[in-house]
Amino acid sequence: MNFSELFKLSGLLCRFSPDGKCLASCVQHRLVVRDVSSLQVLQIYTCLDQIQFIEWSSDSLFVLCAMYKRGIVQVWSLEQPDWHCKIDEGSAGLVASCWSPDGRHILNTTEFHLRITVWSLCTKSVSYIKYPKACQQGVAFTKDGHYVAVAERRDCKDFISIFVCSNWQLLRHFDTETQDLFGIEWAPNGCVLAAWDSCLEYKLLLYSLDGRLLSSYCAYEWPLGIKSVAWSPSSQFLAIGSFDEKVRILNHVTWKMITEFEHPATIASKKTVVYKEVEKSPSAETETLSFSPTRVLASSAFSTQSKYEISQVPISLQYIKPVADRANPKMGVGMLAFSADNCFLATKNDNIPNTVWIWDIRKLKLLVVLEQLCTIQCFQWDPRQPRLALCTGNSRVYLWSPAGCVAVQVPGEGDFQIVSLSWHSSGDSMVLLSKDNFCVCYLEREEV
Amino acid sequence: MGDWKTITVPVLSSDSKNIFQYTSERKRSPSMNSQVLHLPLPSSKNMHSFYSAFCTEENIEQSISYIDRELTTLGFPSIYVESKGKDLNLISIINCMNGLLALQHKNLRAQEEVEMQHLKLGSDMDHLQNCYAKLKEQLELSKREIVGLQERDRQLQSKNRDLHQLLKNEKDEVQKLQNVISSRATQYNHDMKRKEREYNKLKERLQQLVMSKKDKKIAMEVLNYVGRADGKRGGWRTDKTEARNEKEMYKVLLSDYEQRQKQLLEENAELKKVLQQMKKEIISLLPPQKQKPKERSEDGLVLSDLEEDIGELNKENMWELSCEAVREQLINSIRNQWRMLRNHVEKLDNQVSHGQSGAWNEKDVISREDHELETEKLELEIQQCKEMIKTQQQLLQQQLTCDDDTTLLLQDCYLLEERERLQEEWRLFREQKKNFEKERKSFTEAAIRLGLERKAFEEDRGAWLKQQFLSMTADCKHSENVTTQSAFLRSKYLVQIMFLDSSDQDNRLVKCTSQQRNPKPPSVLNGPVSAEPYQTSQYITHNSVESKKTAGDSMPNLWVESDDKEETE
Repeated sequence: MNFSELFKLSGLLCRFSPDGKCLASCVQHRLVVRDVSSLQVLQIYTCLDQIQFIEWSSDSLFVLCAMYKRGIVQVWSLEQPDWHCKIDEGSAGLVASCWSPDGRHILNTTEFHLRITVWSLCTKSVSYIKYPKACQQGVAFTKDGHYVAVAERRDCKDFISIFVCSNWQLLRHFDTETQDLFGIEWAPNGCVLAAWDSCLEYKLLLYSLDGRLLSSYCAYEWPLGIKSVAWSPSSQFLAIGSFDEKVRILNHVTWKMITEFEHPATIASKKTVVYKEVEKSPSAETETLSFSPTRVLASSAFSTQSKYEISQVPISLQYIKPVADRANPKMGVGMLAFSADNCFLATKNDNIPNTVWIWDIRKLKLLVVLEQLCTIQCFQWDPRQPRLALCTGNSRVYLWSPAGCVAVQVPGEGDFQIVSLSWHSSGDSMVLLSKDNFCVCYLEREEV
Repeated sequence: MGDWKTITVPVLSSDSKNIFQYTSERKRSPSMNSQVLHLPLPSSKNMHSFYSAFCTEENIEQSISYIDRELTTLGFPSIYVESKGKDLNLISIINCMNGLLALQHKNLRAQEEVEMQHLKLGSDMDHLQNCYAKLKEQLELSKREIVGLQERDRQLQSKNRDLHQLLKNEKDEVQKLQNVISSRATQYNHDMKRKEREYNKLKERLQQLVMSKKDKKIAMEVLNYVGRADGKRGGWRTDKTEARNEKEMYKVLLSDYEQRQKQLLEENAELKKVLQQMKKEIISLLPPQKQKPKERSEDGLVLSDLEEDIGELNKENMWELSCEAVREQLINSIRNQWRMLRNHVEKLDNQVSHGQSGAWNEKDVISREDHELETEKLELEIQQCKEMIKTQQQLLQQQLTCDDDTTLLLQDCYLLEERERLQEEWRLFREQKKNFEKERKSFTEAAIRLGLERKAFEEDRGAWLKQQFLSMTADCKHSENVTTQSAFLRSKYLVQIMFLDSSDQDNRLVKCTSQQRNPKPPSVLNGPVSAEPYQTSQYITHNSVESKKTAGDSMPNLWVESDDKEETE
């Protein structure tokens, strides 16, 4: 593994381009575009205000920078650095901005979610979507980019509108049986839309592309409900993480639950492997890796090394009961992710925040538990192979694959507290983000 | 009181015994007065006869004295006039009689009282017994009641416990629900607050907008419009496009459904195949159906039906169709066969556990004896095979060891052969050596002879030359330069000799001859004479083994040189 030097970053805004050639990062009001392999600066663009959001267009030719305070979106072109585009929402304000899948339209959500304006970069036309819902995932594009579903709320009722992205024509408009629609997500095959209610009610509705209700799922009635939802890449499974610390998997044939995954504080099954991160004293040898034969990294003088050890089952994990009188309590399964080959599911139970649970989907059993020293901040699967990278807010990045797991210290002096990471589309590298810096990590093919 | 005389008192009837027995049963009270003698009133007739039997004419005196004694013991005065004497005091007798009568009355009265009391006591006792019996009954009743009450108490306690438990559960549930309610309430409150904040912001913004005079224009500035990603121009939104969109959407959905259906069909086909295989295997496992007439007719019918079904199904390949009836048929047939197989296995298990009797006549079942015979036979076979294997192994071993010996022998033989060959060769070598030695000797002799001949020859030559020289000098006497000529000649001769010497430096044999002539031989020629031939012979012998040629060569060399010498001259 090779690590690049640390570069400045603000706002955790660092994105790989979809074609994998460039890396865009923000420093205050500047947008810096670098080449991925050499990290050489290709372009620097200066925006009018501190950038709060950036996104690449799907063809990697444009980058949009949104500045919510000023209500401005600026779009930059990589082919023509002189080209500029500024969208000013003026008094309408701006709370969110994103590209359409064809890379030529920008959807701006105005303040108070009054409307979504679709600005076109090709024509002078502007479209409006009225009454969008102010929820976590209100706009969902299908994977192939042909359709977009928008959650709406009129007269205290929830609706979903499906538009055709090519000409922004309304395809379907139907109401949902939810109390307070919280999020919508398309299945990767683009034919089924999952819509779920807020945490006050456990309800998940499945709609077909043409607006028919296929099925509705409710696990229990009164306690807090759904926290996170994830589709498997093959659209076969839908994983629902809820506040009762369980993940329920629905299958695409009957839309009924096929299994429940529990996240207890004590793991007793003999077949589960538990990797525990342990600190090594700085005076010990500099070898940081226990399982895979990668080269030894230089350790810095101030940070301690850590490695993974296999703990003997049964083992009890650190369980935190959240304070009962706060809203959106830190309990339940808050993070869910399927691996790209559809074989593994990684989950995090917010009651046991230092642990990542990896489930084998083929056998529907708990495979591995990774117990870290600090709270898990972020994990993401490699887009090509079954490899999970996670970070816990210190300067180490952790990788797990079925062959084993490894804790790697990012070299360099000073504080580099990784709070987020993002894989490159080829799976050969990933970018590690901290509050003020970022670093690119290049992986060699044979490793892990 | 008087002498105690033993008087034979006639034994009273059993009445008196009763009297005494009665007295012994009674409780003894301390005062004698209360001592009550329950004397039954005798019947008058018996008593008369008894009393008249007491005193007869013969024993008047004795009876009187006896009575006197008795009276005195009872406290009455004596009936005699004096203490001794036989006269009876009539007054005292009458007093005594009166006293006795009074006593008797008293006793009677006492007896009456006693009887009264006795009756009373008897009735009391009866009464008490009744009371006791009643109380016992009551006690029993109350005991039963107690038991009943205890039982009820126990039941009530258990009910109480259950109710407590229920209460606890309900309380827990209530607590849980309360927790849920509270969390929901906090969530609601949170959302409400959020919405209120947003509402407030909205109000402020509205205020701002209403108040503000400038209106920031909502617009987009772009340097130049960019072409579409797919290169086409954007189209209008019309009904046609709407219809097209619908069509596209349905196409997408249909393709997805078709794909899924294909997958499901494949899965179905595979599963059906597996079921078919299982069915075949189950059929093969089951014993043949025809030899089981004892089986219940139901099974028999089912079996025959099944066989027909199987035949049908296999014939028409109906499993490829997926209609409901065929599917059900397949599943039912497999279920039935599986059930039969299970029954069969159970039966076998039972037979194995009861197999000692040997009374089973089932042809399908291998009786234990047969089984045992078979096993014995097999074991014998195994033994035989093992023995065979052992013997074969042994033979093989022997062979192997045998081979080792022979190889060793062979090796030895080879060695011997080699040795013999080598010895042969040695022998030959030695012979050759000897031959060479001989030849060398002969050569050396020849060389010596040659040397001698040469010497002789040289002497002759020298003589001849001398003669010549003398003849020459005689011819040249006339000349003055005798010395010079002689010197010249001498020098010439010297030169010749020197030349001879120089040309024959290799040939030491010649040197020895020239040495005799010339008193000034070069130091080189000063080798030991005796040693030289030896040296040469050594040289020759040294070379003879290697090749005779060289020895031969060395000889003609001598001759050649001498020829050369002659030529130079």
